[in-house]
This record gives sequence, structure tokens and C-alpha cells, in this order.
Amino acid sequence: MIQGRIQNFLVIGFVALFFVYLFGPLIVMGLTAFNTSGFPRVSPWECFTVEWFDVLMEDTRLVTGVRNSLLIGIGVVILAVPIGLAGALMLMQIGPRLRPWLYTVTIAPILVPGVVLGISTLLFWDRIGLMFGAGEDTIFYDGIFLTIVGQATFISAYAMLIFIARLQRFDPALEEAALDLGASHTQTFRKILLPFLRPAIGSAAVLAFLASFENYNTTIFTIVSSSTLTTVLASKVRYGIDPSISALAVSIVFLTLVGAVLYEISKRRETRRARAQMAVARGEATEVKKQRPFLTEPAFILFVLIVVAGLGTVYFSGTVGVEECKIIVKEQRQAEIKRKVERRQQQQMFQSAVDAQSESSSDQEETQEDSKVTAKGTEGYQSVFSPGNLQGEVETEAEEEEPVKGTEGYLNVFSPGNLVNPSSDEPDEEKPVKGTEGYQNVFAPENLTDQVPAENSGN
Amino acid sequence: MSADVKLESVWIRFGDFIAARDVNLHIKGGEFFTILGPSGCGKTTLLRAVSGFLTPSEGSVLIGGENMAGIGPNRRPTALIFQNLALFPLMTIWENITFSLEVNGVRKAQRKKRADELLELIALPGQGEKMVSELSGGQKQRVAIARALCAQPEVLLLDEPLSALDLKLRQHMRTELRSIQQQVGITFIYITHDQGEALTMSDHVAVMREGIIEQVSDGTTIYDEPDTAFVASFVGENNRFAGKVANVTDGIAQVSTPEGSIRARCSKNPDSNVKTGDDVYVFVRPESLRFVSGNSIDNQMKASVYHEEFEGNMWQVFLDISSTRKRVKMSYVNDGSIRSQSGEKDLPVGFSSDAAIVLPQGPLAAE
Ligand SMILES: Nc1ncnc2c1ncn2[C@@H]1O[C@H](COP(=O)(O)OP(=O)(O)OP(=O)(O)O)[C@@H](O)[C@H]1O
Ligand SMILES: [Mg+2]
Repeated sequence: MIQGRIQNFLVIGFVALFFVYLFGPLIVMGLTAFNTSGFPRVSPWECFTVEWFDVLMEDTRLVTGVRNSLLIGIGVVILAVPIGLAGALMLMQIGPRLRPWLYTVTIAPILVPGVVLGISTLLFWDRIGLMFGAGEDTIFYDGIFLTIVGQATFISAYAMLIFIARLQRFDPALEEAALDLGASHTQTFRKILLPFLRPAIGSAAVLAFLASFENYNTTIFTIVSSSTLTTVLASKVRYGIDPSISALAVSIVFLTLVGAVLYEISKRRETRRARAQMAVARGEATEVKKQRPFLTEPAFILFVLIVVAGLGTVYFSGTVGVEECKIIVKEQRQAEIKRKVERRQQQQMFQSAVDAQSESSSDQEETQEDSKVTAKGTEGYQSVFSPGNLQGEVETEAEEEEPVKGTEGYLNVFSPGNLVNPSSDEPDEEKPVKGTEGYQNVFAPENLTDQVPAENSGN
Repeated sequence: MSADVKLESVWIRFGDFIAARDVNLHIKGGEFFTILGPSGCGKTTLLRAVSGFLTPSEGSVLIGGENMAGIGPNRRPTALIFQNLALFPLMTIWENITFSLEVNGVRKAQRKKRADELLELIALPGQGEKMVSELSGGQKQRVAIARALCAQPEVLLLDEPLSALDLKLRQHMRTELRSIQQQVGITFIYITHDQGEALTMSDHVAVMREGIIEQVSDGTTIYDEPDTAFVASFVGENNRFAGKVANVTDGIAQVSTPEGSIRARCSKNPDSNVKTGDDVYVFVRPESLRFVSGNSIDNQMKASVYHEEFEGNMWQVFLDISSTRKRVKMSYVNDGSIRSQSGEKDLPVGFSSDAAIVLPQGPLAAE
């Protein structure tokens, strides 16, 4: 009993771990696409935004890369699927003695490293170009053409494997039946074999496209002076990235999910239909009900509604109030800077106090004391060692110069001492402390409406 | 329209294996011709040679007097109903049926009309829009027949089309096939290893063994006058006595067997003649064996009943011949004259010499 429960627990734990391993990075990356932070990260979370999608659309290099990737993908599908089909058909036709050899030859490009394929494609077409005396601007040196040809060498082998798997389930008697009924070989191919292969053609096309889209190691050689999504991304990673890359990832994941769900819906339709047909064949039902068109399928409509609602919500919450939020975050950060500056000043003061210890003023002694004993009025320093401060320090060094008029109050925001009235004879708190209490609840929602516009106009 | 089919000295080899040896057949136009034989004897192979899916290694196939050498299956006036039907799963019933018209460019409206006519013929009216997977086994069978008929072949080749069906449906389809054949009047070449089917439907039956045609004849002749020991043992049930011919007079052979001397008639086929000293088999049908009293019959022996089965109209009695303990089977109609014989010993049984046939020893059908 207990053992079984432990076992269950372990299994669930393992599965959870597995999914975290699989999807954790993806989810984190997805979140970074919606953070206003200039570097893709989740923590500290600043503001929810969709602005990175705008940045993405305005990044011409990336957009060109995506466009090229799409072009190449389509080219590869057009080239690799027929080649794969032809290869599979030939493999099924030839004698059993030749088959293993031919199979090995056609499958070889999958086993050859992509880098080698890329280089050899480049060299090969360069030779051919030279043979024709073609110039640099001809097709032999065109990155898109070369990439299509180079990728197709191994992607057509993938396509072939898919077709072989499907063809193995083909009943050759169907072909014979068609011939017997007077169909020519071409008609037999078109009316019998091709419809049978249609699902495989679909899968092969999708696979070919995806394999092409994500390919890097062949492409990097064959793309020459143009760029694809993968090469742009690679260079971006090298020279610094911003969350627009995450935004791109989110878009791709989203499109994939939509595709998967639509596929699942249509597959379920199919299964339902097949089951109904079985029932009829067994004599349990009299006829198969006509299925409603796909666009009125309840599951489909529901899915569209969810997607639209989801997109709407994300768009709305990612555009409305973002600027206000950013200002608050900025102010918070400035407050931290200010506090840091003050700390430095104080340290300097402390230093000078140590230097001139002989003529020490009582005030400074008091300060020295304060740094050891938690005395009244020094609560503001307590938060100096919180990790957030370090981050602020590193990142916003440049902004330190900005004058931060009137933000001193934020210093003590986190200290419980705020609840008590700070003593006014503190040396660093020279400014009138009037109204400091108001900052205590900076994170209270009402601040958004009241204080921020006031600050705004003040600046 | 119907055409005759001639196979002239046809040999078919697969490597070293010989699937047809010197097959000579003449199938007349409009006849229902059955090829009967055990599994693997080469029936399908022969049919594929007629429909054009394989070329004989030697010999020729003629349809309607025309040599078919070099003519592909799509240009022969034949239609084949495959052993597994081979209906097109991605097409509706009516599209299946009229596929032969579609590839000839016939318009859809016309095709639909023809499909409706054929659906009527196979008693599936109004089912044209269904998919193949929505039909029962027997319905698929009929669709396959309609699809073949739609091509308006001069010769229809049927490769065990009923083998997948249960007994009831099979019997029903048999009569249906026969009536369709009489209706359309084309040549049917029908393959089966079910002899009931062969004898029921055919004008002529060819019995085949390991690529050899053993005998071609009408059903009653095949049953009553087998030419070879194989045909005698394959078609119907037969009791077999092995022995040596002592002498032959007036078409009656005296055969000495371990069970005693048996008198049996010789085959009418000169190829199957026997002479004194030959090793032979004597075949006696169970229904020719009977209990006897007195000396009213040529061949008599003593036997004990060790098992009997009552089938209502028939008794099936299994006997041990007393002298050699050889087992034989006897069937007789239950006319009420004889009750159960269970456990009876040394009963006199016998058969007339007319009801027994003597044939040269040769290969036998598997028990
Ligand atoms: N393509 C082939 N290559 C080699 N041998 C073959 C081939 N086709 C058939 N054979 C052999 O020829 C023999 C006859 O086969 P065939 O299919 O004609 O049998 P059949 O009489 O139709 O049997 P069944 O009643 O089981 O359908 C079999 O022994 C089979 O192994
Ligand atoms: Mg067969």
C-alpha cells in the first residue's frame, strides 16, 4: 500500500521533473518576451509589455532573415519532396539484391555532417559556375539557391524515409486492380498511389520545411552573403541580444501550438468518422452522418475564441499602462541610485571622520556608533545589503549622474523604521522630511493613480 | 460479348520453381469455368497469366483467338476480381464501380447512371455514396463484382472471391454469382479450393495439382469418373484400397488387396487404363458402401463399427475392416430402416463393382 504510494509519488515527481526539463527553458524564454527589461530576463520583473514584438517587427535584419528562411523552406519543400518520393518509389520497385545498396546511398546525406554538405555544395556549384564562366551575381553564387540545393540533399532523404514507411503499407493489388480496369500507368499513379500517399506528402512537406527552417550548420556555408533566421540569430547572440528574440520565439511557439491544435481537431474528426463507418460495416448503424464543415466544428470555434481572447488580453495588458509602470520602475531605480550615492557620500564622510578622529565631532561619532548599533534614525541603511541594490548598482551606473531631485524619500522604503518618525537631526537627512511617510506604501495600487502624475508634472 | 480463352502449352517458372507445367486449356466463350485445386497449386498464377500480370515462361495465352503476348493487363478484355478484392479504399462505392469508365474519360453524369444500374444488379441500390469501409464483407464482394462488370470484360476472372465469407453468405453469393453470369453471359473463370463451390456453379471444372491440370470435365464426371488417383482423392470423400491388378476382363479389374480380392470397373479414360500386374488404388465412395445380406453384391467384407455420427437425414458410420483393421467410412440416408449400429462387430458390408473405380497409383491429395 504505502510502497505503492511512494512509487506513485516518485513516478509523478519524475514526470514533473521531465516536463520542467523539457519546457522550463521555453517558459522562461516566453516570459522574458513580455518584460520591459532591456535584457531578456524574468527577474527582476519590471513591466508587462508587448513592445518587444514591435521591436521585432522593426528589426530589418531579422525580418529579412525570416523572409529568407521562409523562401528557402518553401524551395526545399518543392525540391526535396518530389526527390524523396521518386527515391522511395524506386526503392520499392527494384530487386531485393540492389535495394540495400541504393538505400544506403540515398540515406548517406543524413549521416554526413551538415557542415560537410554545406562546404561541398558551395565548392561544387562554384566549380560549375567557373565552368560556365558565371559571375558573382549569378545563381551559382546566390545564397538562397545554394542553401535550397544544399539542404535538399539531406532533407530529401528524410522525405524518402517517410514515403517508404507509407509505401510499405500500400497494397500493390490496388495498383494491379486499376491497371486491370484499363487505367494507364500514369492514371494509376495519379488516381491510386498519389491519393494514398497524400498524408505522407503532407508530413514530408512539414518535416522538410521545419528541417530547413531550423538548419544552421549547412546554411551557414551556403548562404554566402545573405542571411536566414538562424544565421541572424547566431550573430545576434554573439553581439548581444534583447528580448525581441524571445518575442520571436514566442511567436514561433504560438504558431506551432495553433497548428498542432488544428491538426488534433481534424484528426479527431477523422477518428470519429472512421468509428461511425465501422459501426455501419458491423451493422450497428444504418448510415454515417454527414459531418459538418470544419469551420463550424464546435472545437474549432472554441479554439478560435480562446486564441482571440488570449491575444486580446495579452495585447491590452501589454500596451495599456506600460508607460506609467515604466516610470514607476524608473523612479524606483533612481531612488536606489540616490540611496547608493548617499551611502557613498556617507562613507566618505565617515572616512574623513576617521581621518580627523582627533577633532571628531559628536555627530560623526554618533554616526560611527550608528553603523554598529542599530540606533534610531539609521534604519535607512539596513537595506543596503539587499541583493537588489547590487543589481541596481551594476546596471545603472551610467544614470547615476542624473540629478534625482526629491526622491530621497524612497531610501527607507523597505525599512520598518519608517513607521516611526525619523529624527530630524540626522546629518544626511538635510532635506526636510516632510511627506516622507507618503512613500512608505509605494507599492500600494492607489499610488499609480495619485502620485505618479504628480511626480510627472513635477519633472 | 464473350470470348474464349486458350492456354497452349503454358509453362510458368519462378526461378527453379515451376508454378505451371505444360498447361493446355480451352475455355469456351460464355461458360462458367472453374479451376479447383489445393492451396499453392498454381491457380492464382494461372489467372495472372490470363489477365496479363505475368508472362508465361513458355507457351501462349489466347483470348478471343488473339495472342495476348506483349499486351498489358490494361489492354486485355479481362477483368480480375482479386483474392482480397482490392477495392479502392479512398473512393466511394460508386467511384469504385465506375473506375474503368473514369479512366476512359466518361462524364460524371453518365458514370453515376451506370453505377446506379450496377448497384441495382448487385442488390445494393442507393448505397453508392458510402465508403468501402462502411460495407460488410459480402457487400464488398458484390461491389468488387460490379466494378469488374462495369469494365465490360469479355472474360471475368474470379480469384476465390468467396473465400473470406462465412458459410451462409457464401452459399448465397454462389447462387447470385451464377445468376449474374447467366444474366450478362460472359466467360467466367473462377478459382476456388472449395469443391462444393466448383461442382455447384461450373459448366466445366479443371482440377489442378502442383502446376499440372489433372482433369477437365463437367462436375458429375469429375465426381463419378475421376481420371487420376489425385482427382479421386481430392474431390469428395473416397475410401481407398491399395492393391495389384490380377486380371482385367470387360472393363472390370480383379484387384488383390490386403482386404481380399476386389472387383472394380476401370476408368473410361484410356490414359488411366490398367493392366495385369499394375499397382493400383480402388476408390469407393462412402455412399456406395452399404450393409449387405446374402451374396447380392460382388465385394463383401466384415467390419466393426467404431464410431457413428447422426446428421438427421444421413448416418455417417466409421468402420474397421475386421481382417486388416483398415478404417473406412460409410454414409447412408436415414430412411428409418436402420437404427444405431454402435459397437456392432463383424457386420457384413460391401459395394458393387460398378460403384468402385480402379486407377493407377499416383500422388494423392493431402488428407
Ligand atoms: N512471384 C512469385 N515468386 C515465386 N514463387 C511464386 C510467386 N508467385 C507464386 N509463387 C509460387 O507459386 C505457387 C503457386 O502459387 P499460387 O498463388 O498460384 O497458388 P494458389 O493455387 O492460388 O494458392 P491459394 O489457393 O493458396 O491461393 C506457390 O507455391 C507459390 O509459392
Ligand atoms: Mg490464390
